[in-house]
Amino acid sequence: MSILLDASTKVIVQGITGREGSFHTEQMQELGTNVVGGTSPGKGGTTHLGVPVFNTVADAVKATGATASGIFVPAPFAADAIMEAAAGGITLIVCITEGIPIQEMIRVKDFLRGYPQARLLGANCPGLLVPGQAKIGIIPQRITMPGHIGLVSRSGTLTYEVASALSASGMGQSTIVGIGGDPVLGLTFGDVVQLFEKDPETTHLVLIGEIGGSDEEHAAELIARGSRLKTVAFISGRTAPEGKRMGHAGAIISGNRGTAKSKEEAFKRAGVAVAETTDDIVGLLQ
Amino acid sequence: MKLLEYQAKEVLSSLGIAIPPGMVAHTPDEAAAAFARLGPVAVKAQVPVGGRGKAGGIKLARTAEEARTAAQQIIGMDIKGFKVPLVYCETALDIAREIYVGFTVDRDARANVLLLSAKGGMDIEQVAEESPEAIARLHPNPWRGPLDFELTQLAFDAELGELVRPLSAVIKKLYRAIPDYDALTAEINPLVVTKSGDVIAGDAKLEIDDNAAWRHRDLEQKYGSVIEGDPYEVEAKRRGLTYVSLDGEIGIIGNGAGLCMGTLDLVQRAGGRPANFCDIGGGAKAEVVENALAVILMNPRVKGVVINVFGGITRGDEVAKGIVTARDNLHMKLPLVVRLSGTNEEEGRAILKQHGIEPGVNAWAAAQKIVELAGAGARA
Repeated sequence: MSILLDASTKVIVQGITGREGSFHTEQMQELGTNVVGGTSPGKGGTTHLGVPVFNTVADAVKATGATASGIFVPAPFAADAIMEAAAGGITLIVCITEGIPIQEMIRVKDFLRGYPQARLLGANCPGLLVPGQAKIGIIPQRITMPGHIGLVSRSGTLTYEVASALSASGMGQSTIVGIGGDPVLGLTFGDVVQLFEKDPETTHLVLIGEIGGSDEEHAAELIARGSRLKTVAFISGRTAPEGKRMGHAGAIISGNRGTAKSKEEAFKRAGVAVAETTDDIVGLLQ
Repeated sequence: MKLLEYQAKEVLSSLGIAIPPGMVAHTPDEAAAAFARLGPVAVKAQVPVGGRGKAGGIKLARTAEEARTAAQQIIGMDIKGFKVPLVYCETALDIAREIYVGFTVDRDARANVLLLSAKGGMDIEQVAEESPEAIARLHPNPWRGPLDFELTQLAFDAELGELVRPLSAVIKKLYRAIPDYDALTAEINPLVVTKSGDVIAGDAKLEIDDNAAWRHRDLEQKYGSVIEGDPYEVEAKRRGLTYVSLDGEIGIIGNGAGLCMGTLDLVQRAGGRPANFCDIGGGAKAEVVENALAVILMNPRVKGVVINVFGGITRGDEVAKGIVTARDNLHMKLPLVVRLSGTNEEEGRAILKQHGIEPGVNAWAAAQKIVELAGAGARA
């Protein structure tokens, strides 16, 4: 089993005919993802990568019964694409696009309150992958293997690094979820932890956070209230100075909030093992 | 982009908010000329950081000569790493009371928050810590902004009920900075009520979302070049890199923000001090690696460079070839350690070794190696 996605989930790709959309749709298909179509306004009625293209999400959902969508459209159009997906009936919206203005995301979050069945992952995230079954997004499948470890992270390459180390040690993953590095985003660490708690196939959890915000602290509080998962956490950016934005718009320390120290302490209080380096994660899971 | 005070005030003024009469001065002579026009003024350093008053960046001038001297002292001063490019000479206000009003992004609520407090003129974070009840808060609907009745409630909550009308008017104008300019922070502190009852912005802070820069090219053209930041950051921006200057001697390149931050941590743990953060993103193309190395090598403090790349979809042998080419094109002589993993990592490491570049097996080993090599270089 897995969370959010499996091989039977019907997936569409918004922006399927673009360069990024095309490349990653092929990768998704290669893994076995059930891609049933895509959208590209003006190209409705054509076929791309063996699946039908629609002008709008509503048309695509009507024709295919899709429930999930991967968004690969450029930043100026991505916020609208998220809202279009929710209004079109999509229940899992994965937005890969980087660089969406924060004020647009704030409006998107407010809009999504009207669609409580719609879950948003991202934006500015690598997406999610169920090893051997399906993925929406850009996580490379060859570094993953099926198993029982849930992996959730804010960072892309750090996720790949840890997934790769886990696979190399024979520790497979149930689902890998990248929530993204923006300050205003969809699913949080806490949301994903709760989903993993309910997934009987997941026995262990690896949580990779970074400086900025307090989502890691909230997840730690949830875990502290009782968890059946053996969890290891890692926080990157412990030596980052205050007030400097470390690449991700969300990775910034202001005042005494959002420091690696406060996050690590919150996890320790919750009984979660905290890894000093990513190389320590495998050992701490055993 | 964080605007300077005079720039933020120009924007607020265009939104209909009253600001004191003021003039920009690039030289002491211009400050004296400003005095001739405005009379007694506060000569204020223009830097995109707080705490300039404490740093000696604000001086009162009662004569032309004082204005000239103040400008001479302040222009070129270093305030928290920013060289003061110019001063703003502004008429002092006849203050009856000072109020705090500001919008900012509340990350936890995934919304904008409007803060209003009768304790103006102070650091709002300090007020929030010492007397949180003195700050009234509102999360306005992001599609329509704050409504009159919400602002009435807010004003009374902040014990500023007698000023509800003028405050509501100012707040609604200030709110326009969010939809019109993609402001992440729009703050007036203090908002001054003068003895004659006028409501005027005493100071202003405006931060525009870099993700929305494409919508505000006019602001960037008008103001972008005035802010003199770190020269390496300026060059990195010109080359389209995600780069942050730090004050150590180990140059760091990583693909992905999290991986790059993790590398910073490891270098520090190994006893080194990072000179920068530089995220070259996925793919790690030769051209991007070369741009990143070029900027890092501009800094004479740098004694060695570590590159940490995880090849997911990009193949490790291609990344290795790119790094070798970049190093050769730049005739780089300093120690270079490359930690490469992911797809085709063995082939990649073989290529690096062949060209005399130390491949780190894991990130921790690479961090220790570069600190050791850079240390040896520093001693030699």
